[in-house]
Formats: sequence, C-alpha cells, structure tokens
Amino acid sequence: MKVEQISIFIENKSGRLAEVTRVLGEAGVNIRALSLADTSDFGILRLIVDKTDTAKDVLKSKGFTVNKTEVVAVEVPDRPLGLNSILQVLDASRINVEYMYAFVERCGENAVIIFRFDDTEGAIRVLTEQGVKVLVGERVYCM
Amino acid sequence: MIWNDEFETLPREAIESLQFKRLRQTLERVNATVPFYREHFRRAGVTPEQLKSLDDLRRFPFTLKQDMRDNYPYGLFAVPLEQIVRIHASSGTTGKPTVVGYTRRDIDTWSELMARSFVAAGAHKGDVIHNAYGYGLFTGGLGAHYGAERLGASVIPMSGGNTKKQIMIMQDFGSTVLTCTPSYSLFLAESVAEMGLDIRDFKLRIGIFGAEPWSEKMRDEIEAKLNLKAIDIYGLSEILGPGVAIECNEAQNGLHMWEDHFLPEIINPDTGEVLPDGERGELVITTITKEGIPLIRYRTRDITRLIAEPCICGRTHKRIERLSGRSDDMLIIRGVNVFPSQIESILINIEGVEPHYQLIVDREENLDSLEVQVEVNERTFSDEIKVLQELSNRIRKEIKDLLGVTCKVRLVETKTITRSEGKAKRVIDNRPQL
Repeated sequence: MKVEQISIFIENKSGRLAEVTRVLGEAGVNIRALSLADTSDFGILRLIVDKTDTAKDVLKSKGFTVNKTEVVAVEVPDRPLGLNSILQVLDASRINVEYMYAFVERCGENAVIIFRFDDTEGAIRVLTEQGVKVLVGERVYCM
Repeated sequence: MIWNDEFETLPREAIESLQFKRLRQTLERVNATVPFYREHFRRAGVTPEQLKSLDDLRRFPFTLKQDMRDNYPYGLFAVPLEQIVRIHASSGTTGKPTVVGYTRRDIDTWSELMARSFVAAGAHKGDVIHNAYGYGLFTGGLGAHYGAERLGASVIPMSGGNTKKQIMIMQDFGSTVLTCTPSYSLFLAESVAEMGLDIRDFKLRIGIFGAEPWSEKMRDEIEAKLNLKAIDIYGLSEILGPGVAIECNEAQNGLHMWEDHFLPEIINPDTGEVLPDGERGELVITTITKEGIPLIRYRTRDITRLIAEPCICGRTHKRIERLSGRSDDMLIIRGVNVFPSQIESILINIEGVEPHYQLIVDREENLDSLEVQVEVNERTFSDEIKVLQELSNRIRKEIKDLLGVTCKVRLVETKTITRSEGKAKRVIDNRPQL
C-alpha cells in the first residue's frame, strides 16, 4: 500500500532542475508526480517515477544526493470537501502530515494526493478502515 | 604627552641593559618553576646561564600556541594558583581555549601599559572612555577598562553589541574616546547616520581600535565618518591582552612596543632565522616581566617589521609596522580569531556530517561575514526541509557557542567543494586586502 518516492537535494542555482530531468529522461525514466520544496539556498525535489531504482541509480551516478522514502497515495473525490474529509480522519487519529502534493488523474474523476506522514503504517490503517482509497505503488507508477 | 616619562624615553643602552637583566631573570624563573620550559630548554641544549647578551636569546627554542594547548589549562603557569588573581582565555583550535593567568602584579603592569597606551593615543584624565570591547574571557574589555581607570579617566563599561543603546549613551554621556574593533567603529558610524544623528553633535575625539587588522584606507574612512583620530593598538591574550603596542597620536606611524616589558624579534616564519630590524617577517615576543605565565619567544604568527628609528613623539621604544597578515591560516572575523581547523572539528562531531566544507569570508556594509558551506550527503539528507534546516541551525549554533562567531551555514550539493590533493582550499577570503 506504500508508494516509493525519491527525493533529490538541489542547490538553488540555475540549471540544476533541468539537469535532473535530463538525466532521468536519458535513462528512459518517466515522471509521474513531483513537488519541489524550496528555501533560499536549496530545494528538495520529490518525484514519483515509473522506475524508482533506475532513477535513483542514474542520479547518484551523476553526483546527486538521493533518498528513497515511502509515501502514501490516496484517491480523493474531485469535489468540494474531498480533501477535507481525509484530513479530518487523519486529525482524529493524531497523524501528522509532513508534506503533501496532489495531481489529477489523466482520465477519471479523482485527484491523487501523495502524503508523507510521520506514521506511515498508522495512516494506511486508519485511512483503509475509514474506506478511503489508498493506492498501491504499481498503480501510481503507471498512471 | 607621555604617561611614564622615565621608562618610555629610556636611552637605547638603558633599555637593552634592563631587557637583559629582566630576560635573564625570566629564563631562570621559568627554568625553575615551569616543567615544560625546563624540559624544552634541556632538549634544545640551553640553560639560562648561557644568556650572555640579548643576542643569545636566539639560541632558545620558540613557544607555540600548540604548547599552550598541550599544557591546558594551567601547565605553563609559573606561580601557584593562589597567586593568580585573574584568568582569561581565548578560543582554542580544538574546542579547548588558550588560558592565561595574571598575578596581582601582572594586572598592575597591564593597567600601567594600557594607561601608557591611552596617553600615547592622546587621551587624558577627564576623558570619557566608551569601552565597547567585549567584557568577559576575552582580554579586550577588562584590559582597556583597568588602563582607563589607572589613567583616571571616566570609563563606561559598554562591552559589545546593542548598537542603538551604545549610540545613545555615547551622545548623552559625552564620550570622548571610543575603544572597539575597527569594523565595529564603522558599523557604529553607519548606525549614527541611519538614526538621523549628526556625528558633529558627538564629542568623540579619539578612537583606539584593535583586535583585527585594518588598512590605511579604513582609517581614513573611520576618521571621516566618526570625526575622530583613529589609533591602532596591538595585543594578544597570550602575551598580555591589549596594550602590547600602540601608535602615538603624533606620528600615527608604527606601533610602539613597550620594550621594558616585551622583547620583540622578527623571524623568517619558514626557517625560524632572526631577521634584522626593518625586514618583514613573523613577530616573536618574549615577556620579561610577566609572573603568571611568562612566555619565551612566543610565535605570534603576525607579520610585521621592526622600526628602530627614533619617533617624533620622543618615545624610544621600537615600533612595529601595522600588521600585514598572518603566517598561519587564522582568520579574524569581527575581532574573533577563527582557525579553519576549529570549524572542521565542530563539523566532524555532528553525526553524519563529513568534513567537506569551505569558508567564505566577506565584508558587507563594513562588517565581516562568514559563510560556512557544508556538503549534504546521504546520511544528512532528508526529504523533509525541516530536517535540513535543523542541521544548518545546529551547525550555526555550535559554531556560535564554541567560537563566539555568528555565521551563515549554506548546505551545498555533494562533491561540489573542490577536493585537492594535499592541502584543501578551505578559505575564500573576499575581503579587501590591507
């Protein structure tokens, strides 16, 4: 029920983001979802890709610092209060969201939200119990 | 004006015979009371009795900062602790500070030499001395303070920081003499302007600036902006603190070293060979009256030359030229001494951090800035911003706590700091050259 995400440290200077996407593109890796968190000096690029291990290896070989983390992908009804209902469930169980980012499925009515929780296992359990649709990795990688 | 007419204008022969007598006594005393020196002399094959003239001093071995570290904290003290009335320390290269102890007579000598220095700078009884050197373990604050009291001036023990309050007090109390680092004086000048005040409404007449090297260009700027005469003072805690040497108000050309208490030599820093007066090299100082921690041929690492020609002020003591650099990698950042190795030892003590770092020193709005660049690696990297921010905050805090210097920490991509064979280029100093 968990999704693998890679995160990459990039300094806040021109060309670094392009370098990451070039390296991935040349290795035939396709990006499914991404988010960039930034400070004045550096950024953390988080990616969900179709070939996680390949992506990690090629980026490392190009000198990038890369981490693999487990996140949770949740399908959210694409309507008002869709996200809110999920956050309510998590809040009631005292599970913290470290960060999140969203994308909309290419075909279909739902949005997919990627969550990084302080307690990944607990979050999956609570969400599943409450009938929230948690996506398996394979599903997300080939969306 | 001269504070101590008798000693400050001694004829050359009298200075040298006094130096010889005091040097011989000092050598005998450390040989008898400091095990380090007894062993140090024995290994070099010298005894105090072999000193037949001042020139014989060059046969004795140097004392290094490392020797002070190796004998931390009290190993080089030449008197029992119950005779020490004050202990100062400066930050050390591996976290342990360099410790110095003063007997009552040492404090008395220091006060005398600082009083001489104030008078040489042009200060007198009746002056209001605004002392913005830091009070505490650092010798600047208390050293200047005791000298000001000895002189009989009114001293305001401001210490550093709190700039707006400093300026208010300087104006309201009618400060006439300012003592601080040269870079802080410029910061004060700019703050005065920013507060919409006119420096001509202040009573400042003289500024005594030290603890970091500064240029003639900076002097012109300080004198214009603060409307005072800027005097360079030299000192280091190992030898005494402030008041080892100072420029005179009359010439502002070279700093008179109080030769009845200190014996200066200039050496080639690579070979250790003693250079004749006038040649530039590393300053080596022997203390010849200190009781608490006498030092024989202490290598200051400061680069200068000795000026033996008489000065128009009438003082007969030799002058050192304004400092032009260091023979080691020590950085002086806002008056704080920082060795790259200190930063390195802080970094390697933080879990996961590798000692791949670079220091970028710059001057922004007349204040030194230090940026510490540290590579992120797989152990320190996280997908969460807050984890990386905690890392850089922790590095900044440890550097501040241990070295007393505020820096900016920049996390950089791995392997972007140049690895060179042999000695890594750890420091990029973009400050204007002296």
